[in-house]
This record gives sequence, structure tokens and C-alpha cells, in this order.
Amino acid sequence: MSAPNSGTPPTESTTALAALSTEQLIGSGQEGGLLDQVRAWVQRVRGGDMGALPAVAGFIVLSILFTILSPYFFTERNFANLLTQAATLVMLGMALVFVLLLGEIDLSAGVTAGLTMVIFVVLIAVVNLNWILALAIAFLTGIAIGTFIGFFVAKVGIPSFVVTLGLFLGFQGLELIIIGAGGLYRVETPEILAIQNSTLPTWGGWVMVAVMLAISATMSFIDRARRTRAEVPNRTIALVWAKLIAIAVLGGGVVLILNQNRGTGFKAIEGVPIVVPITLAILWIGTFVLDRTKFGRYIYAVGGNAEAARRSGVKVAMIRWCAFIVCSSLAVVSGLFSISKVGSVDAAAGREIVLSGVAAAVVGGVSLFGGRGRLIHAAIGALVIAVITNGLGLLNLPAGVNYAVTGGVLILAATIDAVSRKRAGGSILRT
Amino acid sequence: MDMPIIELKGVVKSFGPVDVLKGVNFTAYPGKITALVGDNGAGKSTLIKGLAGVQPYDGGQVLFDGSPVTLHSPRDAGDLGIEVVYQDLALCDNLDIVQNMFLGREELSAGTFDEGRMEREAAETLRQLSVRTVKSVRQKVSSLSGGQRQTVAIARSVLKKAKVVILDEPTAALGVAQTAQVLALVKRLAEQGVSVILISHNLVDVFEVADYISVLYLGQMVASVKASETNNEDVIGYITGAKTYEGTPA
Repeated sequence: MSAPNSGTPPTESTTALAALSTEQLIGSGQEGGLLDQVRAWVQRVRGGDMGALPAVAGFIVLSILFTILSPYFFTERNFANLLTQAATLVMLGMALVFVLLLGEIDLSAGVTAGLTMVIFVVLIAVVNLNWILALAIAFLTGIAIGTFIGFFVAKVGIPSFVVTLGLFLGFQGLELIIIGAGGLYRVETPEILAIQNSTLPTWGGWVMVAVMLAISATMSFIDRARRTRAEVPNRTIALVWAKLIAIAVLGGGVVLILNQNRGTGFKAIEGVPIVVPITLAILWIGTFVLDRTKFGRYIYAVGGNAEAARRSGVKVAMIRWCAFIVCSSLAVVSGLFSISKVGSVDAAAGREIVLSGVAAAVVGGVSLFGGRGRLIHAAIGALVIAVITNGLGLLNLPAGVNYAVTGGVLILAATIDAVSRKRAGGSILRT
Repeated sequence: MDMPIIELKGVVKSFGPVDVLKGVNFTAYPGKITALVGDNGAGKSTLIKGLAGVQPYDGGQVLFDGSPVTLHSPRDAGDLGIEVVYQDLALCDNLDIVQNMFLGREELSAGTFDEGRMEREAAETLRQLSVRTVKSVRQKVSSLSGGQRQTVAIARSVLKKAKVVILDEPTAALGVAQTAQVLALVKRLAEQGVSVILISHNLVDVFEVADYISVLYLGQMVASVKASETNNEDVIGYITGAKTYEGTPA
């Protein structure tokens, strides 16, 4: 047994905290050393609160499997490829988290991405609009779509499944009308193509890791300072160091691999693809909003028990509405990632990806029943699906196998979700 | 006698052709526990939903601290310091105790949550109510027992500095030991000067804690008596309509 508060820095008055926690009959779950915290975490996992654990395990197992099966899998080139392939799905999965947390769904997110990109590219190619202006119009269209869905779901009261299924069909039609059957537009904007095809300078990757470490450390210490000021116990500081070390090792490892020359010709290709820092920034901002602001907390509350939230004064309809707007707006970003990778837009843009987006979130540990999940879960889930697609592709297996395996993984993940929810007791007392 | 904090005069409410409340008078005093009893369909829930602002009354007068008020939304009730602890508890399973207690009134510092301060206040409130059954204030509500949930829901109203707390069947789903704990909690709530309105079917509970008993029968207040001046048999008589209360409303 480690002594309580072991490892807290001398700056915090350890004795006062110890006195407080003995007097305090109710704990806060923050007491104890590293070992106690690890033990508490194991207990939570056993209780059904697994988070992204199955997905992380799946990612590691699949990576090892494909490394054994294919000599091309674990190479610098494929690693960079994997990240850029996954980026679209990561972004779409993160977009969907906002509505999945409410227990809603947006089946139109993929075609929202597709339609806004069709509008974007056509505005540039046909109307000769400035690309920034076209991009602004694409985003405004995304926001308008979210507003439209939110209105019908939150105000009129139609199930989101039906509204967005309608839009899923309607937008495909709209894409066809704008582009014409079999039509295709090339993406000519260098700034957009750069997202997936250009890289940071090699030093830029290190700066990125440094910024991540700085932000994480600052946030942790601000949190600790606030808790100390409120005279409630802090978690052992070892956890902060562990987190920072994990970021440094993981981030550093990724940057190290990506900074190797992966070009096949004379021109060196090295550095972190630009899409990576963009995705990380959106992941960080989104997580900040979900964890630390009223909007985020109320999304979880509405997803957990909408009636309880309403009685607590939460404007439930407004929260729902805003969540759909956030989802559609982030879907536009995923569309940008997609056209940057593919280099063109056709009339079927975004038709296939939406279910993969939902799958990514669910595989990562976001609950379809609402109220449980984080953005990082969707990102990890998307990486799992991307690894499957990428690995099976390297093995030259037919596309059908890819669909079948991805579908199987989705059902497995949904099963884990349902079973862990039962274990957590959520289904017993839910009204 | 103290001035009542809540006074309803001739309150009416109907759903379509059905008159649920037919001119109900009701009073509740600060620091006292008033039990509201009546058979199913007597109008208890409708009466408290009106007080909570969830379903506004169609007519009649509501006096709060002697002055007339309107209760059109839960926010109106909340602003006055009227809090309802519902039978289904209205807690979010996926949030922890602190997050539930502060839901809708989170404390911010520089635009983001001040979790430390909220945790401290939540723990203090629970301690003040001598709650010992909860292990950690950062437990998810899904891991709590029925009695613990009731405790959190009641503590939530205390945290909101409620002047009137309405408890809807707080012991309905609880075992013997948990019922005793919750009733003790209800008494402590009243000792702190809060006016408690207790809705219950269990007359044993009612006689254990209530200062006043008000009986609804088919949308009318048929009796309002001091608990010390009546007995189980009479109250059952009022509830079933077998007996008529003769005295003046207490």
C-alpha cells in the first residue's frame, strides 16, 4: 500500500490535505498514489467502463498481424499512407461523436461532406470563384444543413434516423444534378491539395510534439492549481508525468518515423503530413469543448437522461440543434480531407463513407445509446478501420473481404458496447 | 403561527374535459414537513407539477412568502427556490455525483469548469447532511444504489439553496435501512429551515416525519391537519373518502 498523497510536490501543503481527507468522510477518487489510481482504473474497466481499450488492443493486434503477413505494412511509406487514408474517416467519426453522444445519428454526414465539396469545386471550376470564398460558401452550406437537420429533429421531433436518411438520398440526387452522371471535377487548388500531399518541414514535426507537451502540461497544472485552491485532493503528480511521457514517446515515435525519407524517386518525401496537425488541433479543441464547457457537459447530460437535463434547466432542443450543426460543419472538414487525398470530386462523393464513420466511432468505444464516448475514441476507431482497409489491400485480397471484416468488427464493437452498458448498470435504472 | 412560505388558493387544472384540480387550497411552512397524501388519481402529481412550473395551473392564486407569483416554467420555480425531487430521480447515469449536483448551474472560472470548487461544495453539502453512505463524490451515478441516488437528488436541492423542497415518493423503491436513512435526511433538511413537501403513499413514513398532513381526494383538498392531532385511521378515511374532515384547515 502506498501512503496517501505520495508523490505530491512539496509546494502543495500535503499535511493539510491529509488532515482534510481523514476528516472528509466522502472521498473524491483522487486520493492515493499511482498504484491506487491504477487499481481504481482496473476496477472501472471491470465494471464495464472500457472506453477505447478494446479498440487500442485491436489496433495493436491488427498491426502486428499485418506486419507479419505483409512486408510492406510496417514501412515509413505505408505509415504515412495509413495516416492520410485514415484522416477523412477520423474527422467524420469525430463529427458524428457530437450527435452519437445525444443518442442520435446523422446518416447524411458523408453526403454532406460530398455535397459541400461538389459545391466547392464547381464554384471554383465553373463560376471561377476565389477558393477562399468558395470554401466559406461550402462551410456555410454545411452549417445550413446542420441547422436544417437540427430543426427537424429538435423542434419538429422527427427521429434523426429518418431526417438524415432522407437527406442521404436527397443530397445524392443534388450531387447528380449539379455534376451530372459520370461527371468528375479535378481539384486544382494547391492549398487544398497540400492538406494531404504536403508535409511539415522535419523540424515542424518536433515543434508539433513540443506544442502538444506544453499544452498538456499547462492544462494539467492549471487544473491542479484550481483543485489546490479549492482545497480538494489532487491525483498523484506521477500521473501527469506519465501522461507527458506517453505523449512524448508516442508523438516523438510517430514524428521520427514520418521524418524518414519515404520517397521512391529522386525527390525526398519526408515530414509529418499537414493533415495530422490540423486533425490534432480539431481533436484538442473539440475535447476541450466537450470536457470543460457547459455546451459539452449538456451534450453528455442530454445523452444520459434528456428529461433530467430538461428539469435541470438545460435547453435540450438548443443543445440538440447545435450538436447537429457542429456535426455537419466537421463533416465539411472531412470532405476537404477526402478531396485533397483523392484529387477529384464526382457525383457519388461521400456516399459510402458515412456508415464507416459511425462504425469508427462505435469501434472506438462511443456508445450508440448516447451519453458515453470521447472524440479520441472515434479517432482510434477510425485508425482501426483504416488499418483493416490498408492491410487487406496490401494482401491483395478482394474488396469484398474488406467489407466483411469491417462489418464483423463493427458488430463486435457494438456487442462490447451493449454488454459493458449492462454491466455498468445503466440499463437497469434507466427511465 | 409562522407565515406560510407557499400558499395555494383555489388552484384549478384540467386536461381536456377532465378536471384534475377543482379549486385546491394548500399551505406549507418553512422548517416544517408537510405530507401530501391521497389515492392514485387524486391530483397529487398535478399539484406539484404546477408548483414546479412544469405544468402551469389553469387558475387560482399562488402566494410565495405572502406575495403572488406566477409559475410558468421550471426556471420560474427554480428562481424562487422551489426544487422538486422526482420519483424517477432525474439524474444522469453517465455523469458523476458532482456533475449531477451542479447540472444546469456549473461554476465557471475563466469560461471553463472549476471542477475543484464544485467538488468541494458538493462534498460539503453531503457532509452537512451527514451523508456517510457515498464512497466518492466522483462516482458515476450509475454505480449508486436507490437510496444513494435519492440522497444525491436531495443534496442537489440543498446545494441550490432551495427554500421549498418537494419530494415525490422518496422512499417508494427503498428497503428498510435505506428508507430510514432517507427519512433522517428529510428531517435534517427541515431542521435547516427548508420547507419540505413530502408526497407519499406510506402512512408509516408520513407519521414518522410529517408536521402537517394534507389529504387530496378527487381533486379537492379534503383535510389539512397537524400530524400530532390526527391518527392513521382518520387519514385513511380522508384518503378513501369514507370520512369527512370537520375542523378548520391547519
